[in-house]
Order: sequence, then C-alpha cells, then structure tokens
Amino acid sequence: MASIPVEHGLILAALLFALGLIGVLTRRNIVFVLMSLEVMLNASGLAFIVAASRWGHAEGQVMFLMILTLAAAEVAVGLGLIIQMYRRFHTVDINVLSQMKG
Amino acid sequence: MIILFYLAGAVALISTVAVILQSNIVHALIYLILSLLAVAVVFYTLGAPFAAVLEAIVYAGAIMVLFLFVIMMLNLGKFSVDQEKSWTSGRVMLVPAIMSAILLAQLINVLRNYEHSIDVVEVGVLEVSALLFGPYVLAVELASILLLAGLVSAYHLAKK
Repeated sequence: MASIPVEHGLILAALLFALGLIGVLTRRNIVFVLMSLEVMLNASGLAFIVAASRWGHAEGQVMFLMILTLAAAEVAVGLGLIIQMYRRFHTVDINVLSQMKG
Repeated sequence: MIILFYLAGAVALISTVAVILQSNIVHALIYLILSLLAVAVVFYTLGAPFAAVLEAIVYAGAIMVLFLFVIMMLNLGKFSVDQEKSWTSGRVMLVPAIMSAILLAQLINVLRNYEHSIDVVEVGVLEVSALLFGPYVLAVELASILLLAGLVSAYHLAKK
C-alpha cells in the first residue's frame, strides 16, 4: 500500500503558506491580496488533511470543512469591501486606503 | 499513488508561484484554480475523497466564480496589466520574500526530526458525516450562522 512521509505533506503545506504570505506582502492590487489569502487558508486546510491522514481519523476533515466555511464567508465579505472601495476611490490600489482619515 | 502525490504537489507549487508573479488578473485566477484542483488531487491521494470533492466544488467552483464576477464588475481594462507590472518590481518582492523564506526555514526546521509515514487509509463520506451530525453538530450550526452573517454583510457592503 502507498506510504507517503508525513513531513513531505506538511512541507508542501508550509511552502504553499509561505508563497501565499509573499503574495499578501508584495501585491498592491487588493484582489491579488485576497487571492493570496485564499492560498494561505488552503495551505492550512492541507495541513489538517495531512494530520488526519497520519492518524487515519476523520476529525481533520471536519476541521477542513470549518476552514472551507470560513474561507467562503471571508471571501464574500472581502469582495463586497473591494466593490465598495472601487466605488469610492476608483482604484484597487491598497496604498490609497492608507490616506483615509478616521 | 505516491507518484500522483508528488506530481500534484509540484503542479500546486508551480501554479501558486505563477499566481503571485502574474500581472494579468484573469490569468492569475486561472492559475489559482489549477492550484486548488492540484491540492484536491493531493487530498485524494492522502485518502480524503470527501475533502477533495468539496475542494473542487466549493473552492475551485463557487469561490473562484465569485472572484470572476467581481473582476468582471471592476472592469479593469487594458491599462491594468501595465499598472500591475509597475506595481510589482523585483525590488519590492525582495524583502517580503526573504522574510517568508526565514519563516519557511523555521517551519521546515520544526519538521526535520519528525519521521513518520502515512499508510493511506481511505476515510470516506460516512465517517466524516457521522462526526458532523454527531459530536460536531454544534460546530455545523455555528458554521451555518457564520455563512448567514457573511451573506448579510456581503449584501449590505456591495449594495449601492
């Protein structure tokens, strides 16, 4: 039967998380920032699935479902905020938001 | 199965790199969908077919369509690709990349002495649903309230 080293799965999750973090830190377009956040959430879900697979339990998949729900709610609110930001400032540049006063 | 795991992992990594380096936002979104589908294949090889199917339906299907709609509504046009190129230079990428590399090195260092192998046992829909409707039923209810709150606030925020 197939046997995958557990640390390889966790390293894959860590790599995806770091790539998402680079995306969040470097991009100025807010849509890209939200997409990178999705990558990070997905990586944490992958870590849960790897742990669930290590012990052969279903609890990790339940936690993945919770992360999935969280990601869906977060994306809905975030995209609503992006639309509102585009209406007010006519740009998707997050540097504009630092000029808000109060 | 092992080959499929490493192959899908490589596809996920390459397409995620393409997401954070891409200037055209629609191309980046397509690469993100490819990355999510590759992660779904990884889930399948780890013996979690239910999570793999949900990843494909909810992430790569529903959430990405939401992104596509918003990109359509924003109607960024041709100038946005050049704008993105001017926003993401190598100099801007350097410091965050170093910071993330340090974080990654720490994470991998934690995992260094951890040597276990996964004997893949398929945990299917039955086991997961038995947990969801048994001990975790309160968490499912809370998740549904979270989704309702997300729905209401997204409607309120996107309204004119």
